Amino acid sequence: MFGFVLRRVGVAIPTILVIITIAFFMMRAAPGGPFDLERPMPEETRQILLANYGMDQPLWRQYLDYMGDLARGDLGPSLKLRDKQVNEIIAEGFPVSATIGLFSMLLAITLGSFLGSVAALRQNTAGDFSVMTFAMVGISIPPFVMGPILALVFGLYLGLVPTGGLDPRYGMTPDRLILPIITLALPQIAIIARLMRASMIEVIRSNYIRTARAKGLSAHAVIFRHALRSAVLPLVSYLGPASAAVISGSLVIERVFQLPGIGKHFVDAALQRDYTVVMGVVIIYATLIIVLNLLADLLYGVLNPKVKYE
Amino acid sequence: MTLLSTPGEKAEILEAASVKGRSLWDDALARLMRNRAAVTSMVILGILILLATVGQALWVHDYDTIYRDKVWIAPTWEDWHILGTDAQGRDMVARILVGLGVSLMVGVVATIVSLLIGVTWGATAGFIGGRVDQAMMRFVDILYSLPFIFFVIMLMVVFGRNIILIFVAIGAVEWLTMARIVRGQTLALKNMEFVEAAEAAGVSRFKIIQRHIIPNVLGPVVVYVTLMIPVVILAESFLSFLGLGVQEPLTSLGRLISAGAQDMEPAPWTLIGPAVTMMVTLFCLNFIGDGLRDAIDPKDR
Repeated sequence: MFGFVLRRVGVAIPTILVIITIAFFMMRAAPGGPFDLERPMPEETRQILLANYGMDQPLWRQYLDYMGDLARGDLGPSLKLRDKQVNEIIAEGFPVSATIGLFSMLLAITLGSFLGSVAALRQNTAGDFSVMTFAMVGISIPPFVMGPILALVFGLYLGLVPTGGLDPRYGMTPDRLILPIITLALPQIAIIARLMRASMIEVIRSNYIRTARAKGLSAHAVIFRHALRSAVLPLVSYLGPASAAVISGSLVIERVFQLPGIGKHFVDAALQRDYTVVMGVVIIYATLIIVLNLLADLLYGVLNPKVKYE
Repeated sequence: MTLLSTPGEKAEILEAASVKGRSLWDDALARLMRNRAAVTSMVILGILILLATVGQALWVHDYDTIYRDKVWIAPTWEDWHILGTDAQGRDMVARILVGLGVSLMVGVVATIVSLLIGVTWGATAGFIGGRVDQAMMRFVDILYSLPFIFFVIMLMVVFGRNIILIFVAIGAVEWLTMARIVRGQTLALKNMEFVEAAEAAGVSRFKIIQRHIIPNVLGPVVVYVTLMIPVVILAESFLSFLGLGVQEPLTSLGRLISAGAQDMEPAPWTLIGPAVTMMVTLFCLNFIGDGLRDAIDPKDR
C-alpha cells in the first residue's frame, strides 16, 4: 500500500512538471504578447516593460527562472492586472471555486447514487423510467444552457434568488451559490445515476445477494449491508474524471453566474497573453486533478479487497 | 445404426444448412429496430440533418442578411420570422439551421479525427505489447490528467480561431478514450479461446482477423463513436460559449446560445430557439448511442 502510494506520487510529480512545461512553451508560442496593445507603445517603453518582467532574456532562461520561482511557491506577477500577484489572484478566487466545486460534487454523489439505486431496485417501473429520463436530460443539456435558463426562470421570472454574481458586501451567501451549484452538479448527477443503476442491477442479480435474501435478511439489510458495498465501486472509479469535469465546468459556470472564481480569469488571461495567470491556473487545476485522481484510486483500493498493491 | 440413414433426413439437414445464418450484425440491427426511442431518434435526426443541409438553402432568409429595422422581433408569421430575429436583425431560423449544420459537421469530423488517432494508437500499443505498450499508454495517462479544456483553449490561442483547427483540436483531445478502448480490446482478443480455437482449426491468420477480431473490436468502437459525437458537439459549443469557437457571421449552436444567454432578458427567443435545437439534437444522438450499445453489446442491458 505504502509502496503503491510512493510509486503513484513518483509518477504524478514528473507528470505535473511535463504539464507545466508544455503549458509554458505553448503560451509562449502563441502569436502576440502581453504588451501588444491596439495602439503600439514606444519601443523604449516596451523594452523597459519586457526587462522589468525578465522577458528580455532568452526563452530557456525565462523557463528556468519561472521554475525556480515556482519551486519557492511564487507564481510571479500578473502581466495584465496591475500590482497583482498571481498568488493573490488565486488566493482570492480559490475559496469561491472550491466551495462551488465541493458542494456540486457532494450533491452529485449523494443524489446521483440515491437516484441510481432507486431506479435499479425498481427496474422497468415508472420510477425507473422517470429517473432515466431525468438522467438523459441532465446529460443532454450542457451547463451553459442550463445556467442561463435557470437564472431566467428562478432569478428573473420567479424572483426566488438574486442574479448577477456575489454581493461584495456579504461574500458567499447560499442564495447566490445555489443555482451555480445545481447547474454544475446536474450533468454529474445524471452520469452517476446511470452508473449506479447499471452496477446496482448487476449486483442484485448476483449469487451472494440471492443467498443473503434466501437466509431471510430484511430487504433493508440486503441493500445497505451487502449490495451497496460492491455497487458503489464503479462510482468510486468515476470520481477522478468527475472532478475533472466539475473543474472544467466551473470555467463556464463562473462566467454564466459572474462569480469571482479562478476559472473566470483563465480564458481572458489566455486571450490577453497574461502568461503568468494562465500558468498559475493550469498548475493549480492540473495538480488538483492529479491529486484527486490519486485519492480516488486509493479509495477504490480500500473499498475493493480484490485490488492488491504489490 | 448409422447417422443420416435415410435420404429424407439428409435433405432436411441440407435445407437447414442453406438457411442463411444470422450474423452478429443482423442480430444487432434487429435489436436496434425494436428500440422505439432509438428509431424515433434516428428519424428526428434525419429530419434535422435534412433541415441543416437542404432546408438551409431553401429557407426564405439568409443567415447573414441583416434587417436593420427588425432588431429583436418576437416570433411572428409576418415575413416568416417564425423564431424571431436576433440583436442585429438576422432571422433566427436561418441562423439556427446554419449553426446546427456547423455543430453536426464539427461533431462528425472531429469524431473521425479522434477515431483515426485513437484506433491507430490503441491497436499498435495492444498489438506490440510490452514496453512499447507501457510507454504509449503512460503518455495517454499523462494527457488524460491535463484538463482537456485548458489544452484546447491554449491550442485555439496559439493557432488562432478557425474551423479546421476546431476539428483537429477537439479530435486530438478526444482520442484518448478511444485509444484505451481499442488497446483493451486488442489485448483481450489476442488471447481469447475462440481465437485459439480458430487457429487450432487451421483458419488462416487473415480470416481470423477478419471474422473474429474486427467484429469484436468494432462493436465497442461503433458504440463509442456514436456517444462521442454529442460530446464533441458539446465541446465545440463550450468553446463557442467562451468566445473561442467559429467566427461571425458563421455560427454554431453554442455561439447562438451564448448570444441568446446575453440577450435573454429583452429577447428570450434568441436563447430558447437554439437551446431547444441543441437539446433535441443531443437527445437524439444519445438515444441512438444507447440503443446501439444495447443492440451490439446486449450483456450490458
